[in-house]
Amino acid sequence: MTGLSSLTLAPGTPGTRILGTGSFQPDKIVTNDDLAQVIDTNDEWIRERVGIIERRAAAPDERLVDMGAAAGRAAVADAGLAPSDVDTVIVATCTLPTQIPNASARIADMVGIKSAGAFDVNAACAGFCYAAGIASDLIRGGSARRVLVVGAERFADWVDPTDRANAIIFADGAGAAVIGPSDEPAIGPVVWGSAGDLAELIYMRDDRWIYQEGQSVFRWATTQVAPIALRALELTGLKPSDVDVLIPHQANLRIVNAIAKKLRAEGAREDMVVADDIVYSGNTSSASIPMALDHMRAAGRVHSGDVLLLVGFGAGLSYAAQVVISP
Amino acid sequence: MANEDIEKELAEIVEEIAGVAAADVTPEKSFVDDLDIDSLSMVEIAVQAEDKFGVKIPDDELANLKTVGDAVNYIASKR
Repeated sequence: MTGLSSLTLAPGTPGTRILGTGSFQPDKIVTNDDLAQVIDTNDEWIRERVGIIERRAAAPDERLVDMGAAAGRAAVADAGLAPSDVDTVIVATCTLPTQIPNASARIADMVGIKSAGAFDVNAACAGFCYAAGIASDLIRGGSARRVLVVGAERFADWVDPTDRANAIIFADGAGAAVIGPSDEPAIGPVVWGSAGDLAELIYMRDDRWIYQEGQSVFRWATTQVAPIALRALELTGLKPSDVDVLIPHQANLRIVNAIAKKLRAEGAREDMVVADDIVYSGNTSSASIPMALDHMRAAGRVHSGDVLLLVGFGAGLSYAAQVVISP
Repeated sequence: MANEDIEKELAEIVEEIAGVAAADVTPEKSFVDDLDIDSLSMVEIAVQAEDKFGVKIPDDELANLKTVGDAVNYIASKR
């Protein structure tokens, strides 16, 4: 015993908010016709099954950390901050080419954030919502002041180019948000969870190529995800009719639309905007939600003050959702 | 519930989800080959049928339900 009676804690903040967003996509566009030259598929089939018209593919020298850093720089700039204003970097990813080193320390260095607290989160397609929830609570608890949250994926390394079920879906890119303190809470509590008993629905075949049980994943996503989103609303004290913009993970346009339909059956408005970024971006896993948000802000489909409902879901299985007031 | 009633209600579900006229959803029709319903719509039909008829239609069973008649018989046997 040293006789200490109490420890000094860092002061936290009453709430948090998104200060800025950013995204990055490789220049190379892969159309459905491009894919049809390599695998047995066609434009109509792909549009009907997954709703994708084109997606982006990283160049051989375009690394996951390069894309993540580009999105991160854009988010810091959008927030009107200097890199030195940020103290922590969390990267959500499930497609790093190697286990070591992680992506976050390198991305922090590339963005110019010195000595950042930095760690990666792997919750697959739910990763951004997990990381944003962690960031928000780090700030509220006083452990961090401003956190750069990045979702970055490079599926080029992990998708069998001859796999007609998955090569049409997955794509490369990054999205990011800077989260900081706020007197008025603008990020609601995260609702998260997992279903490890269903782990075999999405896994790495031969430890090499991503594989998913399409029908079973579709059934899970179209029935189990909407209740998670509704729970996030409930915890935040809002109703489905309060939601201005729904941003589900961009897994498959039919899953996105099924989630929206379920929320509308629970009272969400017909004029609720529903993210459909997958149509021109493909499924970018942990990058899809921040990328969609950034694209929709740039396109004027999301306005400052809008009530956003974010919900991520994917391998694990894992899922997470939260309500955000748009910056 | 008689098989004819299951068939009628199943046809309504198929119409709502896949846009196939309920009158065309007859027992001898194959979901995939005749009605042009894809594997994801089959899942949606199964989920709605589960709610409607109070039965479980797991994905591995769903793969065996080739025709409307197969589905009606399966539902009838599980009720």
